[in-house]
Amino acid sequence: MNNIFVYLEIEDGIVGDVSLELLTKGRSLAKQLNCKLEAVAAGYKLDSIAAQVFPYGVEILHLADDKRLAPYTSLPHTSLLVNLFKEEKPQICLMGATSIGRDLGPRVSSALFSGLTADCTSLEVGTYEDKKAGKVYENLLYQIRPAFGGNIVATIVNPDCRPQMATVREGVMKKEIKDAKFVGKTHKLEVSKYVADTDFVIEVIERHIEKSKLNIKGSPIIVSGGYGVGSAENFKLLHELAATLGGEVGASRAAVDAGFSEHERQIGQTGTTVRPKLYIACGISGQIQHIAGMQESAMIIAINSDPKAPINQIADYVITGTVEDILPKMIKYYKKNSK
Amino acid sequence: MSFKIVVLAKQVPDTRNVGKDAMKADGTVNRAALPAIYNPEDLNALEQALRLKSKIEGATVHVLTMGPARAAEIIRESMYRGADGGYLLSGREFAGSDTLATSYALACAIRKMGKVDIIVCGRQAIDGDTAQVGPQVAEKLGLPQITYAEEILDLSDNKITVKRRLERGVEVVRGSLPMVITVNGTAPECRPRHAKLTMKFKRAATPTEKQESGNDYTDFYDSRPYLNINEWGVSDIEHEIKWLGLSGSPTKVKQIENVVFTAKESKRLTAADVEIEDLMKELIANHTIG
Repeated sequence: MNNIFVYLEIEDGIVGDVSLELLTKGRSLAKQLNCKLEAVAAGYKLDSIAAQVFPYGVEILHLADDKRLAPYTSLPHTSLLVNLFKEEKPQICLMGATSIGRDLGPRVSSALFSGLTADCTSLEVGTYEDKKAGKVYENLLYQIRPAFGGNIVATIVNPDCRPQMATVREGVMKKEIKDAKFVGKTHKLEVSKYVADTDFVIEVIERHIEKSKLNIKGSPIIVSGGYGVGSAENFKLLHELAATLGGEVGASRAAVDAGFSEHERQIGQTGTTVRPKLYIACGISGQIQHIAGMQESAMIIAINSDPKAPINQIADYVITGTVEDILPKMIKYYKKNSK
Repeated sequence: MSFKIVVLAKQVPDTRNVGKDAMKADGTVNRAALPAIYNPEDLNALEQALRLKSKIEGATVHVLTMGPARAAEIIRESMYRGADGGYLLSGREFAGSDTLATSYALACAIRKMGKVDIIVCGRQAIDGDTAQVGPQVAEKLGLPQITYAEEILDLSDNKITVKRRLERGVEVVRGSLPMVITVNGTAPECRPRHAKLTMKFKRAATPTEKQESGNDYTDFYDSRPYLNINEWGVSDIEHEIKWLGLSGSPTKVKQIENVVFTAKESKRLTAADVEIEDLMKELIANHTIG
């Protein structure tokens, strides 16, 4: 009772990184709140899930194994969580801010009348004072998220309703194994007790999910481009530099919107959050929503023709000039000196 | 055969073009400095609705929005593009609503419309980016949902087939109406204003707007019923007051902060060869690269 639950996203029997990241965060929240970390797996052929998640400190794994639960559809997974939560009364439920979590979370929160905060960038525990009601709440989940296009950061709380629900994007939290040998308990659910036959109203006719070919999140070096790069053609220079340095190419929202780069490469609040060893920002002015997704990089080099670009404030090195001029030089002098 | 399509739309501050005066000194948002626009993904939703309308005989498209009086602008905008009319849900009882209280209010308004065949809305609004209202309206109405829709592929025998755009792929799903569909920004753009429709509907107005104009246009509007935009207040919908506004909102804002990044002391370089070469040498020497 009153534990922390993480909904596991499962594709082809593999638990998604976003869920493992949330388990890691959930574990530290559970420690602070002195409660247990539990996880829910819904799908088909889930025999290998336990071994994947126990090392993250999951004490109880609720397993709903049924052919009809895979692939994911909204209503059956909603019913499963809603009815399970009515029994278990979790205090916190975390989900990935993915196309599944953002489909499922709102529906579950609506059915339970519990608040949900989307796309949190930080989760903390703290107190909240309701001055009007003269009440002080201890140990609430602070759901911290950017709003208004990233111009403000809001801390949201759910004082009275449970569970306190939040979704978090992949890459925002860090993934860390607690103990490779840890084994929790498995609680097998009788699916028909939770999900009605009438919930299976959506039929998945076709499904093409690609494994992500990119690993921007895991790359130690990122060469990232913004609208100032000017064209998809110029973006090739970024690819060249990234290939030379052994890194990946990222992009700002403006560059993706302009069609210079693929959506999958987007870095920022609405894309991936990264923390590389080196971040080279090319022609990126530095909108807050982008900076929020890369400010934790160990070293930042900003290349911009505008000496007053906002991104310069957070950069370790600011090079004033054009991408066309500077990138070939970086490639040339890296090659010359790296041997 | 009537076929009623309802589009949920929202007027939002244009957070994509935030200028310097968008934030007040106290760190709150200066809404007046941001232009109010039609939420972009709701326009994608309107386009899907208009495409359905053109394929189904007797189909109508009505836009439902909750907001202040000026939100009627987006209903007119929808009519210029092909919608038949709209409903503005307005009143101070709705103020302070989070996504759940908003969804409850919208669901009550939809119930009042009688039989609705399909509800279409944008995946999310750019002022909050939560993507919660669509699924929550569906849950409140007890309807299934298809989110992240990119295209409605087919509608026949009351079954709708939809292509969904997910982070790493696509999915084609099918389900029976009635249903709530939320449309992605990757869906086709909304058609532009139609010149004739713009002329026809430019004087479409809510009762509040007619009153504010100060002129008595009673006869004018009586003879042109298509120019009346419905305006509903809390008394027009069947509701329980505790689920509306602040009391219907389980989430509370504890704190709002202006985003300030700690500035670093940065080293300034020019594009001169010698400076770039020194930089690359330094990065290699301290093992940042190489």
